[in-house]
Amino acid sequence: MSKAALKEFSLRMGDNCLILGQRVSAWCGHGPALEEDIALANVSLDLIGQTRMWLGYAAELSGKKATADTLAFLRDSGEFRNALLVEQPNGDIGQTLMRQFLFDAWHQAMLERLVQSSEPRVAEIAQKALKEVAYHLERAADLVVRLGDGTAESRRRMQDALDLLWPYTGELFEADKVELSLAKAGVAPNLDEVRDAWNRTVDRVLADATLSPPETVWMQTGGKSGRHTEHLGYLLAEMQVLQRAHPGAAW
Amino acid sequence: MYTQNIKTDSLGVKALDEMEPKERAFQERINADDRIEPKDWMPEAYRKTLIRQISQHAHSEVVGQLPEGNWISRAPTLERKAILLAKVQDEAGHGLYLYCAAETLGATRDELLEQLHAGKAKYSSIFNYPTLTWADIGAIGWLVDGAAIMNQVPLQRCSYGPYSRAMIRVCKEESFHQRQGFDIMMKLCAGTKGQKAMAQDALNRWWWPSLMMFGPPDGESVHSAQSMAWKIKLYSNDELRQKFVDQTVPQADLLGIKVPDPDLRWNEDKGGYDFGEIDWDEFHRVLKGGGPCNRERLGARVKAWEDGAWFRDGLMAHAEKKAAAARPMAAE
Repeated sequence: MSKAALKEFSLRMGDNCLILGQRVSAWCGHGPALEEDIALANVSLDLIGQTRMWLGYAAELSGKKATADTLAFLRDSGEFRNALLVEQPNGDIGQTLMRQFLFDAWHQAMLERLVQSSEPRVAEIAQKALKEVAYHLERAADLVVRLGDGTAESRRRMQDALDLLWPYTGELFEADKVELSLAKAGVAPNLDEVRDAWNRTVDRVLADATLSPPETVWMQTGGKSGRHTEHLGYLLAEMQVLQRAHPGAAW
Repeated sequence: MYTQNIKTDSLGVKALDEMEPKERAFQERINADDRIEPKDWMPEAYRKTLIRQISQHAHSEVVGQLPEGNWISRAPTLERKAILLAKVQDEAGHGLYLYCAAETLGATRDELLEQLHAGKAKYSSIFNYPTLTWADIGAIGWLVDGAAIMNQVPLQRCSYGPYSRAMIRVCKEESFHQRQGFDIMMKLCAGTKGQKAMAQDALNRWWWPSLMMFGPPDGESVHSAQSMAWKIKLYSNDELRQKFVDQTVPQADLLGIKVPDPDLRWNEDKGGYDFGEIDWDEFHRVLKGGGPCNRERLGARVKAWEDGAWFRDGLMAHAEKKAAAARPMAAE
């Protein structure tokens, strides 16, 4: 297992947290109830905290003058390694919650295995993140069930969200060379196992929510290699504006 | 402050010997620094005034999420983003404690929100100003939270138990926010020319609106005497404003930026600063809806509420289904 593969993996984990954290943070002050404002801010805050751990580790591995901040604020979209799912727009609160649920189910399945990683730093970060993510999943799954099995309108909105986001889930389980080599070295899990765990969670929750995944879809892919949807460029333009406009300034 | 102009529904402060026995006993408890609790008897005007004051405070916290929330997506580092998120989250939490405190007086959160959304309830005028640069996030923490603390620290000792306890929790978090705001300003003032100019510009724009947070001058603050007799206001508007100026001017000096007031000077005799006239026309205009962001702020809150209706209805419908499913079993 190479250092480059480990760095690449940390970037993928960190970029998922960063981009989703950035998306969720936009709900601050705009949620459907005060309790939701607080909970969404909390989820976003956890994800930004996890970003700092993963990107901090990736920066160390890169050996140059990189820091978590230079990685977050000075890379262009082609260098980002997050899954396409997390960069999808917030939409209504149903779409935000469905995106969160589909991601959290993957995130938890990953972290549960990463705590056993043969690489101690990876295991340590996963351990810290797992507690938070278990709560994210519990909350998102609960709301998906309640809204799916709520009114006709809430059900329609949740089903629409599921139809819209489903094509971005396949990529989460596609192992490329990096993931295959890390799995072989016991650093990262076998993604087939992660898929099985994800399927179990998603099947159970969607059944309780009276929702079903679309039957035939083409799965989209590209995030891990830096080929993103059009949405990411705008997100980065906004997020990176101060660092880009004031090169080298300290904040 | 977060509560700038509270009507008291009182016909003037009565002397103890003009009061009915119940009211007299109530006032004597207040005079003895006793706390009034939800189940205790209280004059209707006290209850109504407190609902108005606490809800105005709660609305300010909730609307106050918006100007700072405006910069979460653009915070310049991951650490600053996390701190700002945590701060805005705290504000939502303060809103929640305060609505709960108001509920102990018999006003539901839904009723209070309805008044806010209909434009009938007020919130602090300060949140109707725009956050144009990152330095505004520093200035809000430093000045706006600084001013809020000035008012809220005494309210920890106010006569109504649930409000005083809410203030104790709120103050702990506010002083952390203020330090964070000042820290942003320090970084900017020690930074590049552009950053320092940003800090000065933010002070120029936020200084006067911050002084307005303390409400109208004492001579025009017609309801203050009753609120002070009830100990739901402990210092006058002008006293607190003076204290704020005296505390803040040396901090601006430390930062190396200039308070935008040509009349500001140290007055040895009173041991405080003299400062220029506040533009009260602006204050009243912003309070009545004519500030730069009144429409956006209230509009954002109304939109959040209306867009969230299906979400709240969905959760209610699910809870009802669950309750209905549990019922036949309970009957057996």
